[in-house]
Amino acid sequence: MTLKPFRMVLLLATSLIPLALAAIFVFLVRYSWPAIHFNGFGFLARHTWSLGNLYANPTVKHGQQVPIGADYGILVFIVGTLSTSTVALAIAIPVSLGVAVFLAEGLSARLRPLFSFIVELLAAVPSVVYGLWGYSVLTPIIAHDIGPAVRDSVGRVIPFFGGSIGSGYGLLAASLVLALMVVPIIAATVRDGLARVPAETKEAAYALGATHFEVVRRAMLPMVRSNIIGACILGLGRALGETMAVLMVSGGALNYLPNNIYSPVTTMASFIVSQLDSALQDPTGMAVRSLAEIALILFIIAVLTNVLARFLTGSRNVPTI
Amino acid sequence: MSRPFKPSRIARRRLVSGVSWVLSGAAFLLVAVPLLDILYTVLKKGFSALSPTLFTEVTNGISGGLLNAITGTLVLVTGALVIAVPVGVLAGIHLSEFGRGAFGRAVRFLDDVLTGVPSIVLGYFSYVTLVIGVGWQFSVVAGSITLAMMVVPYIARFTEIAFSQVPNNLREAGYALGLREFTVITRIAMPLALPGILTGVLLAIAISLGETAPLIYTAGWSNFLWSGRLVHEPIGYLTYVIWSFINQPYRSAHALAFAAAFLVIVLVLLTNIAATWLLRRTRPARPAP
Repeated sequence: MTLKPFRMVLLLATSLIPLALAAIFVFLVRYSWPAIHFNGFGFLARHTWSLGNLYANPTVKHGQQVPIGADYGILVFIVGTLSTSTVALAIAIPVSLGVAVFLAEGLSARLRPLFSFIVELLAAVPSVVYGLWGYSVLTPIIAHDIGPAVRDSVGRVIPFFGGSIGSGYGLLAASLVLALMVVPIIAATVRDGLARVPAETKEAAYALGATHFEVVRRAMLPMVRSNIIGACILGLGRALGETMAVLMVSGGALNYLPNNIYSPVTTMASFIVSQLDSALQDPTGMAVRSLAEIALILFIIAVLTNVLARFLTGSRNVPTI
Repeated sequence: MSRPFKPSRIARRRLVSGVSWVLSGAAFLLVAVPLLDILYTVLKKGFSALSPTLFTEVTNGISGGLLNAITGTLVLVTGALVIAVPVGVLAGIHLSEFGRGAFGRAVRFLDDVLTGVPSIVLGYFSYVTLVIGVGWQFSVVAGSITLAMMVVPYIARFTEIAFSQVPNNLREAGYALGLREFTVITRIAMPLALPGILTGVLLAIAISLGETAPLIYTAGWSNFLWSGRLVHEPIGYLTYVIWSFINQPYRSAHALAFAAAFLVIVLVLLTNIAATWLLRRTRPARPAP
């Protein structure tokens, strides 16, 4: 076989994609290895993140140099990540299904591109702009309108929705912003699935006397069930890793677990950004390595959710913009 | 349907269907209204904060202009494209032309996975490897490489789709004339695939313009104009201003944040509209609406 330089160049460029993923994993593991040793499994279960005394001489613990009193536990951030993502998906999934049905079946063919474009624009808005809007528009509304309304209705039955509303920054604000960011992902995937349902299936349902909505509900949605589940997992992956928007509206909790839906929270992703300055002051570097351990956990979660979602949606997600 | 025919039952089913349609329309409004409010708020507050000095002065503490951030964003986006376009286009060509086997399938799959990696993870990876490891510190190169890692999967995917839509008989005609593989791909398929590739590149620009998290740990921030050094010099960018200045308790800082958001969102929207227009124009017969 003759050596084809052109094909070699193509192959080289293509290999960079798997190599990038492998490099992310390898270098994050390598860099955070001392932190993984030092923190142990308790990393996931302790809820105190303390850099320790950065001005005293560091001590040696478990063979690692660490500042005196340093304790890295990320339970607070795990809870923050899971709670914001769960609440966000609880809101986003029903809304996305409504949007998808509306876009796929509720509009005339002429209006469909325009309305689809509006939903696609939601996916185009940069995360930091969501944060800006959440910070300056949404949080005051939560503090004065949404919060009191939820507290005085649902909050009377379920204690988690009651209690002090605070400033508006917190779990609810982060979840609402995340929900807005996740809806276009789920809605677009489900809408594309609905559009691929064969006309014969719909006609068969109509022939049985179903109304238009019954056709959608009983014949079309069951056919795209795995797409829906895959899309939701894809949305979950996005919500778990979202950084800037959450950082700007979540209020930022340290060493403190949320006690109601208005509590300040911190997610793993937003915590990494918020620690930029303070972690750099640690002369032993253990804080920076512990942050790398958080990044590693986020990476593994992202890969798992994406692999799962791709298997469920079957066909690859052709981007719709 | 073994139940006896009852007009009241039909009326009830019609009512349920009608209410359901109203709910699905309401779901649409529930996301469309916030989107319009985001655009309205940013455009209104941003527009009133616009002034000529934004484009002539650099940021100075919590006031001044945005010249350093505007040029920084342009430099970083350009840097990302310089790296990502060749890699993404070549990978896309490979996947389309020679990617039928297991390797192609695996790369396609990993390409999708890479788009799902949170941007802050990419940023922190670059921080650990490039900023600390290689010792480039906060720099244009570190920021650009990180952005490139984010957008390569998109460019590769769009290129692949564009090339796979070129009819095979055109390639065969080329080979029948005795052309080499390289010539068939670059002279016959490439011109036809170009609009599709361009759509991917526009999308990559839109993503790079709006990213913040991967740059905080790689590009840093600078109040000064970029001096042209690729490494060892941090650089400013617009999205940093939005995030950082809105947290300052000063009116001038807030005005700068909204002005930066105005510029970012206008640029992102224009790029997206251009990409959508290009996509719809070149692919009139898209299967999905």
